[in-house]
Amino acid sequence: MRTQFTFMLMAAMWSVSGIAAADAVKIGMITTLTTKAGYLGEEIRDGFRLAMEQGGGKLGGVEIELLVEDDGRKPERGKQIAERYIKRENIKIITGIVFSNVAMAVVPKVVRSDVFYISPNAGPSKLAGSGCHENYFNVAWQNDNLHEVTGKFVTDNGYTNVYMLAPNYPAGKDSLAGFKRYYKGKVAGEVYTKLGQSDYAAELAALRAAKPDAVFFFLPGGMGINFLKQYSQAGLSGNIPVFGPAFSFDERLLKAVGDAAVGVHNGSQWNRDLENAANSEFVAAFHAAHNRYPTLYASQGYDAARLIGSALAAVGGNLDDADAFRTALRQAKFDSVRGAFRFGPNQHPIQNLYVREVIKDADGNYTNRTVKQVFTDHADAYAKECKM
Amino acid sequence: MLLLLEQVLNGLQLGVMLFLMAAGLTLVFGIMGLINLAHGSMYMLGAFVGATVTQATGSFVVGLLVAIPAAALVGWAVELAVLRRLYARDHLDQVLATFGLLLFFNALVQLLWGRQPLFMDVPEALSGSVELIPGVPYPAYRIAIIATGLIVAMLLYLLISRTRLGMQIRASASNREMAEAIGVNTPMLYSLVFALGAGLAGLAGLMAAPILAVETGMGESILIETFVVIVIGGLGSIRGAFLGALLVGLVDTLGRAFLPTLLRTVLPAATADGAGASLSSMGIYILMAAVLLWRPRGLFPAPA
Repeated sequence: MRTQFTFMLMAAMWSVSGIAAADAVKIGMITTLTTKAGYLGEEIRDGFRLAMEQGGGKLGGVEIELLVEDDGRKPERGKQIAERYIKRENIKIITGIVFSNVAMAVVPKVVRSDVFYISPNAGPSKLAGSGCHENYFNVAWQNDNLHEVTGKFVTDNGYTNVYMLAPNYPAGKDSLAGFKRYYKGKVAGEVYTKLGQSDYAAELAALRAAKPDAVFFFLPGGMGINFLKQYSQAGLSGNIPVFGPAFSFDERLLKAVGDAAVGVHNGSQWNRDLENAANSEFVAAFHAAHNRYPTLYASQGYDAARLIGSALAAVGGNLDDADAFRTALRQAKFDSVRGAFRFGPNQHPIQNLYVREVIKDADGNYTNRTVKQVFTDHADAYAKECKM
Repeated sequence: MLLLLEQVLNGLQLGVMLFLMAAGLTLVFGIMGLINLAHGSMYMLGAFVGATVTQATGSFVVGLLVAIPAAALVGWAVELAVLRRLYARDHLDQVLATFGLLLFFNALVQLLWGRQPLFMDVPEALSGSVELIPGVPYPAYRIAIIATGLIVAMLLYLLISRTRLGMQIRASASNREMAEAIGVNTPMLYSLVFALGAGLAGLAGLMAAPILAVETGMGESILIETFVVIVIGGLGSIRGAFLGALLVGLVDTLGRAFLPTLLRTVLPAATADGAGASLSSMGIYILMAAVLLWRPRGLFPAPA
């Protein structure tokens, strides 16, 4: 009797631990936590973790084990981490990459190994078009989107002679291509600067001499801080309005730019003041946890986690049936913090895009105010090239 | 024409900034034979300390008075703790050790200040612009940078050529043993020179802080250009560093400003923009290669 009891107890314990092991789904996050752009990965990670904490360590009711590694903005490092995640940790869901060049090195191989990749940021055109894959989902945007919405806004507001700047690398060229897809006026100048350049005095002098009626720039991270400060110091900010994608106007960057950015219009898929229940809850919870307001990157990390959660809930945490999990992901049954959200045929977002304005709020913090919804249910330009 | 003059001013401003960095680096190399990759970290520290103090006190002058000694002090401590052991080793060891220091300082700054770039405004008195050339308003702060750089160059020249300390520096640069034999306290002198170089780098960092993003890793990009400057100017020579810095500043700025336009006259616009951007970012390296072919020891090598 006693032996039997012990045996039963052991069996019970074994099955309990067995269930726990099967239930804890491992998610691998490869993101950029060091270099000048380290805060981007930090925001994505914090947004993702916030969604987990709200579920008590679970997403969609399924226990999650989140592994986070820093890619240092280096494609080869990203590849090594992905390899380790897949081979050693046996991970089936990967997310987190910030930069498109890292994504291009990592994603194609990951998705071919029957692992799901959910992008919370980078959306290179190749992966939206001819290189799309059934295991690749982008929950943020396709790279061109935020430039397209800015281009449309600039045209709608009657600017006809725009001067454009972007760094001399693929995403820089894509950005100006995206802008020009919806900008219909004349090009006063199209300048490619060195990636990582810090002083823009020469470009600003040439810009002033070209006498444009507006300026569009895509200079992510520290480059944007430098450009905006110097633009204002050169006495240009009062005279020629500046436009850009949201990447140079997130809350953490604005803190370093100060007054120089106030009044600038920028294109985004999300903003702190968007009115929906999910967003108010997210902004309040993020502020309570970190004592700072979330940036768009944090919102993307949060949405990525909740998308994964919705699909995990649908399959009960069982990833053995990849087709069922994929179908659940495609349905995107979660309340996105940006409001209406669904996936297009290439598994990239179809969403509304907004133009925001940089303001200084009552507490003296720099943030954005939504000015106008420019695109409704906007899809990307590459979806038709995707054959899945 | 006005545009050209404005771009020359921009080139000068970049040049004197590079000179502030290059002076320390070239002195340390000329006298101690040490390649110091951590020099950019002193620039970064100057910017971080300066921005923090300025923000806390509201005074740029206080920021200046704290940042420069802070950078000098850290430089002095690093010399004492680490670099002193490396003078006799070969350059590869020095590069490895100082690269380690660079990583260390980046991580330290991230620990102390976080990943958030700092904000620093241009001091109130210099926030306007001046019409140095009629019709071209030029930021007063950038003029102040040019002036500071020229004053520092002058003071350094006086220090090295007219003072007792300068004489000792020159003496130990040309022959360390002999200088020691006639009573120069070289270890002390080395520490002093190193602290001086670090202080100048700190000054450069602080001057750059209101214009640039104050963030970890800001020292690396300027360090590379600084090495180009001292290679062009001639290792170990202050005069070479000064002229090399101005040359690099002008070539870089004018290349960025006018190369794409020039190329447009011979190439289709789209190709010219891309090629112009790539070529102008290579400009200073092409210049360096050309100078090395013509004068392998730089334009004004220190007397051997």
